[in-house]
Amino acid sequence: MEPLNALVSVTNFMLIPAFAYGSQLALGALGITLIFSILRFAHFAHGDTMALGTAAVIGGTFFLQAQGIGIQPLPTALLALPFGILVMVGYLLAADRLVYRYYRKVKAKPMIFVMASLGVMFVTNGITRLFMGVSETRFEDGQRFIFTVREFRDFTGLAEGMALRSAQAITIITALVVMVILFWFLNRTRAGKSMRAYSDNEDLALLSGINPERVVVITWTITAILLVLAGTLYGLDKGFRPFNYFQLLLPMFAAAILGGLGSPLGAIVGAYVVAFAEMGITFAWRRVLTYLAPEGMEPSSMMQLLPVDYKFAVTFAILVIVLLFRPTGIFKGKVL
Amino acid sequence: MKKLLLASTALAFSAGMAMADEVKFGVLLGFTGPIESVTPHMADSAEMAWNEINEAGGILGGQMIRSVRADSTCLDSSAAQAAAERLISSDGVAAIMGADCSGVTMSVLQNVAMSAGVPMISPSATSPAFTTTDSGGMFFRTAPSDARQGAVLADIVMSRDISEVAVTYTNNDYGAGFANAFIESFEAAGGTVTTSIPHEDGRGDYSAEAGTLASAGGDSLVILGYTDGGGSMLRTAWELGAFESFFIGDGMYGDELIEAVGEALEGTVGTLPGAEGEGAEAFAALGEAAGVVTASSFTGESYDAAALLALAAHAAGEATPEGIAANILNVANAPGEEILPGQLARALEILSEGGEINYVGATDVELIGPGEAAGTYREYVVEDGEFVTIRFH
Repeated sequence: MEPLNALVSVTNFMLIPAFAYGSQLALGALGITLIFSILRFAHFAHGDTMALGTAAVIGGTFFLQAQGIGIQPLPTALLALPFGILVMVGYLLAADRLVYRYYRKVKAKPMIFVMASLGVMFVTNGITRLFMGVSETRFEDGQRFIFTVREFRDFTGLAEGMALRSAQAITIITALVVMVILFWFLNRTRAGKSMRAYSDNEDLALLSGINPERVVVITWTITAILLVLAGTLYGLDKGFRPFNYFQLLLPMFAAAILGGLGSPLGAIVGAYVVAFAEMGITFAWRRVLTYLAPEGMEPSSMMQLLPVDYKFAVTFAILVIVLLFRPTGIFKGKVL
Repeated sequence: MKKLLLASTALAFSAGMAMADEVKFGVLLGFTGPIESVTPHMADSAEMAWNEINEAGGILGGQMIRSVRADSTCLDSSAAQAAAERLISSDGVAAIMGADCSGVTMSVLQNVAMSAGVPMISPSATSPAFTTTDSGGMFFRTAPSDARQGAVLADIVMSRDISEVAVTYTNNDYGAGFANAFIESFEAAGGTVTTSIPHEDGRGDYSAEAGTLASAGGDSLVILGYTDGGGSMLRTAWELGAFESFFIGDGMYGDELIEAVGEALEGTVGTLPGAEGEGAEAFAALGEAAGVVTASSFTGESYDAAALLALAAHAAGEATPEGIAANILNVANAPGEEILPGQLARALEILSEGGEINYVGATDVELIGPGEAAGTYREYVVEDGEFVTIRFH
């Protein structure tokens, strides 16, 4: 029985990656839930817009690197974030002007909005690929590790090691900070309150003098910030490849729906549930259980519920189960 | 009209007679299609061998070899079959040097060559499927099968006193075939494979795969994939402390790997097909003299395939498909005097005197029955960010 080794092993191989992944999903799902509650449609272009935002940040990073500007030991990409956010605010507002505003004016059905966002998704995807290509781009620089497996092992003397990469730590910290700021903004500021009012009852909000176009602009701006942060953190952690961002769409929607569409808190909880479910169900528990089991009772099989290839199937199953049995999600959101 | 017919028949007959002191061999390669940049050098290398023989006076007491090129396209099986049919029925070739890509080679073999009874030697089809396909003694290859590499890699792992490994392979025919071959040989040699899981290329995150492999355990991780997914896999496994030492196959070899993976790659051992030594040097020198680009893929294999066809015809005493098919193994393998590139005239002389030869050629040719070549593999290790050759297998 070596519970400490078991804990370190499960933290290294599952908890840290899942926590970082969950934080990235949470930032993405927050954007989806905001758009759904305020603009009232499912934003399918979310994943690819995230990719374009990250591409802008990468462009800024490469420019800064060429100028020799950096913030060692932190990645240069953090310094390029404002540039990426600016580009994406501009891009999303332009998309709103060119595409979504018309459908808002004619009070189109949500399904038409969804189709329009699908179109925006394809265009965005094309623009990203035009600039970045389809292969992997790595833009992480600075110190890669906070501590490595070997350092941890030497320090603690345990048989199992644990590593924490800078990108993972930055992801988790940034996500937590951003969530706190977002809640403060939505609950305490005038603009945030007007957004919530608009979300709860559009007609009443209009009657009380809230300018709907202003709410729309603020929503897209916040979405742009969340998108660029989520995309950049994901890219720092796992490398930038446009197709992977498109694939994030499913887990992000699953997270938002699981938490309850329109509920920011739900999006965050949903994101972590999805991330831990994906990692936990496809995790091979043998090594951990071997440390926990009494002498002679060690498992001989892999103790793995599903092979790693079925990661997306787990997300999809969660989505289907929630839609079937509790369409409002954990926090009683709206029904898609 | 009748006269004209008679005259033209006579003409055709006399033309046929005139060709009696000429032997035709087909060169069936993908001159158009995905590997069109490689095939001209392969064809030139093959024809270089025949020119060498022609300059020495030809085979079978003065018969000159003529090359007939045809396009296999590498992709389109029906086009490749049509080209092969044309070679056999209208050009009347005695044997075919080709085809190139495994897919078209298999369809030409099964649908044309086997039924026509014409032997073919492929310089570049590496699919393990040819090893198990019964070609009726019509198919040979000078490029080793991926299955061979699995066996070689298993030997290398074993020779380092590592008896327990985990395996991960890229999820396609190459990866799965390679992994099967490796596991079979490794277990036959007394090793244990703790687990074997596929991985997809192009994923962002491989920590779940690394976690599974770590949970299975083992002294080393064997990664049979490509630079992209396999490289990320290696780095993730190393960073998470799942494994300390790694073995890789030819798909992972390349400077991009060192660039992408860096420090984690230190001490990694792997295999790559390719010969070095006297034969390869002699071949390169020949190419330089003849103005043929030899520093390209499968050129040595093409030269060897062409030389084997000519030598087999000479050994048979007749340039017929049956004679060639029956003699390829005899001239390719021991016993006999070793023949390097540039010594084909000497080989013909020995055969004429009733002696035996062991064709070594540019790529250390050793054929293991029809359909399989032993091949030579380079064993390398990564030291200070560079691939360092240890030895050849």
